[in-house]
Amino acid sequence: MTEQVGKEQVKIHVEHLNLFYGSNHALKDVNMDILENKITAFIGPSGCGKSTFLKTLNRMNDLVPNVSIDGTVELDGENIFSPRVDTTLLRKKIGMVFQQPNPFPMSVYDNIAYGPRIHGIRSKVKLDEIVEKSLRSAAIFDEVKDRMKKSALGLSGGQQQRLCIARALAVEPEVLLMDEPTSALDPISTLKIEELMEGLKKDYTVAIVTHNMQQATRIADYTAFFLVGEMVEFGTTEQIFSMPGDKRTEDYITGRFG
Amino acid sequence: MTNSVSIYDKKKRPGDMALLIVIYICAFLAVLLLVGIIGYVVYRGISVVDWQFISTAQSALNETFGILPNIINTLYIIVITLLIATPVGIGSAIYLTEYSKGGRLVRLIEFTTETLSGIPSIIFGLFGMVFFGTVLRLGFSILCGALTLTIMILPIITRTTQEALKTVPESYRTGALGIGATKWYMIRTIILPSAMPGIVTGVILSIGRIVGESAALLFTAGSAFLMPNNWLTHPMTSGGTLTIQMYLSMTKAQYDNAFGIALVLIIIVLGINLLTKLLSRKLDVSRKS
Amino acid sequence: MEAPSKTKKQFSIIGSHKTKSVVEVTANIIFIVCAFVAIIAVLAITVYMIYSGAPALFKVGILDILFGTTWAPTAEDPSFGILYIILTSIVGTALAILIGVPIALMTAIFLSEIANTKLAAIVRPAVELLAGIPSVVYGLLGILMVNPVIYKLEKFIFKDDPNHQFTGGANLLSAVLVLAIMILPTVINISETSLRSVPQDYRNSSLALGASKIQTIFKVTVPAAKSGIITGIVLGIGRALGEAMAIVLVCGNSINFPLPFNSVRTLTTAIVSEMGYAGGLHREVLFTIGLVLFAFIMVINILLSTVLKKGGKKDDK
Repeated sequence: MTEQVGKEQVKIHVEHLNLFYGSNHALKDVNMDILENKITAFIGPSGCGKSTFLKTLNRMNDLVPNVSIDGTVELDGENIFSPRVDTTLLRKKIGMVFQQPNPFPMSVYDNIAYGPRIHGIRSKVKLDEIVEKSLRSAAIFDEVKDRMKKSALGLSGGQQQRLCIARALAVEPEVLLMDEPTSALDPISTLKIEELMEGLKKDYTVAIVTHNMQQATRIADYTAFFLVGEMVEFGTTEQIFSMPGDKRTEDYITGRFG
Repeated sequence: MTNSVSIYDKKKRPGDMALLIVIYICAFLAVLLLVGIIGYVVYRGISVVDWQFISTAQSALNETFGILPNIINTLYIIVITLLIATPVGIGSAIYLTEYSKGGRLVRLIEFTTETLSGIPSIIFGLFGMVFFGTVLRLGFSILCGALTLTIMILPIITRTTQEALKTVPESYRTGALGIGATKWYMIRTIILPSAMPGIVTGVILSIGRIVGESAALLFTAGSAFLMPNNWLTHPMTSGGTLTIQMYLSMTKAQYDNAFGIALVLIIIVLGINLLTKLLSRKLDVSRKS
Repeated sequence: MEAPSKTKKQFSIIGSHKTKSVVEVTANIIFIVCAFVAIIAVLAITVYMIYSGAPALFKVGILDILFGTTWAPTAEDPSFGILYIILTSIVGTALAILIGVPIALMTAIFLSEIANTKLAAIVRPAVELLAGIPSVVYGLLGILMVNPVIYKLEKFIFKDDPNHQFTGGANLLSAVLVLAIMILPTVINISETSLRSVPQDYRNSSLALGASKIQTIFKVTVPAAKSGIITGIVLGIGRALGEAMAIVLVCGNSINFPLPFNSVRTLTTAIVSEMGYAGGLHREVLFTIGLVLFAFIMVINILLSTVLKKGGKKDDK
């Protein structure tokens, strides 16, 4: 394999990844190692491919028509593009939180229990346990414990997003992908979610797309900078923001474009 | 955490597969039905429909069958119905989208429009027979049938016009009002022209509904099949449309004639469908450019 | 245009307001009148249905009409019981919905969730065309395609039953099949529209949780489109209940308890088949039948508008 950063375990290994939307070359030869129990942030101006890259990791891009992908992405050494892969299992292992809080139009409880039920858990006792545990992990249990049977759409935006994180945690993933999870939220909710993420990395590997560089410096262990489909630079967050190796990275983080 | 299952362990989902097959079967049942219906009607009707069939009246003397009077009656009903329903429907839609400011009245109007579109044609038929036929003394006449259908297709025109008006960008309105145009002037010169393709679609849909209607006409327009003596007073006389004639043929077990008319009706319906398709495509293009 | 004062270089805004208002007010009034036509029409229909249908209820007796089972309008001592007719309409509609709705829902799911553009381009126009085919054409095909098949089935089932009155296929079952086909386009269109309006986010988050496509459809998308699908079903009920010409020659038209292989008469076909010659009290009772049908439809409409209101509220959150 390619370079191992430090002695930590590589969770996701990306090698020569190219992605096309029709004839549009959206990701150009991306190579990266995402480390276990770390938070990795993807930054870059809009349209740079950072979200596309994130969605490739759990194959959500499969849903886009006319998409073609080559290269390798390995999760614990298993190629996720292999025809043998069951995408539902892949996505159970790699959970995702979207930009817009999007709870299902069901009760709080049913939102969380949705994933476990899909994966065959029927026991009420077991479900109750999972729901409570997930809500606690997402630091929202106390706020919703009295309204478990009420519609999740009645929660505030910040609460909804933490609910969505809880929903993703309920299927016990190993990796959590977050696509600008706080961009639709107010500063206080954003702060709560950032605090939450610090706690999550004990148990999960987290990859987050953010357009907010301060957020990256606050939470991420590693940062990758993307520009027009190319991964320009990848390293520890400190290194990227204090001594970027590439002129374009420097221009971006000092606010010269984007 | 890491000792979990491999993503290569494909799960078998027989339930999913079964459902998917059911979905495909249901979807293609609709296609099959249509092909079956059209195929059978064409098969049985094609030998019946010829020039004489559509260009003459039926004659007991010559023992021939023709549907020209029914075609003429249908055209009369289409024209009269649309002449009344189109302006009223458009006016109503303009009020609802451009003038009203919401509130109880609008909800009432929308509810009654909705209700009208849910009332079965047989009820329209009964109402038309009593109100237009008896109270207004029109008896069994083409006019009576047309007035009945006017109420019936009003919701179609109102709704499609409303939809069309809603797609006119708000900027057109503010733009026109902003340079000092009055409201009616703005509607007449800006809003209606941009909504026109949508309105025309509604009118064509209404024609389709009128052509296919039977229950509402049976007790209002009657079932006569004579050529008009006087083109002007013809609407005051009884006249059966294509569908009514078809129904009469069926009750007399003259299935060949019925299939002939069915074929003509289906050709009209197909034509109307094609026309609305073309129009809406044109509408899309003009919106995009 | 409206305001001549506009041609002057200086004009008072008050003056121009006055001249424009004549045209404006007239236009406004005309539009309000147009909008009122719908209200007046519904009101007039209601009034006339009650006016023509209610008297017979009292002349014959409400219970005798609505709960009587003997229909002998032209007998020496006429009786006008329409219970079986009402039951036939209810049972027939229910069965048509039972058969038609699952097929329609699956087809809607196919169109909105499964088919690629090419396949949808075959199925969708087919559904649209089914909607456009006139009722009488369905009736004709019912007589010549459905009835013979059902007759064969009837002969097979009742071959050893000397008490069965053979219908030649013109029975409730045939009518139900025709109605089930006729409600397909209504239910498909409305369900498809509401499935399409389910935000893509719901599907994505379900898939991202490791749900399969089918699980996503039936556990998230369909429940989220529930209110629209219910609207479609209710409209389908209205359509089946109100259809006359397609089944009048298919259902057999004698008055019997609604069993699948009985020749039956519905509210609509009772009116169509007898209005032509009925007179006096008989005619009035036919209007009563119309009134019963109208009452059913109005209940459905009111139900529908409350369902819609609820659905609307939920969408607003």
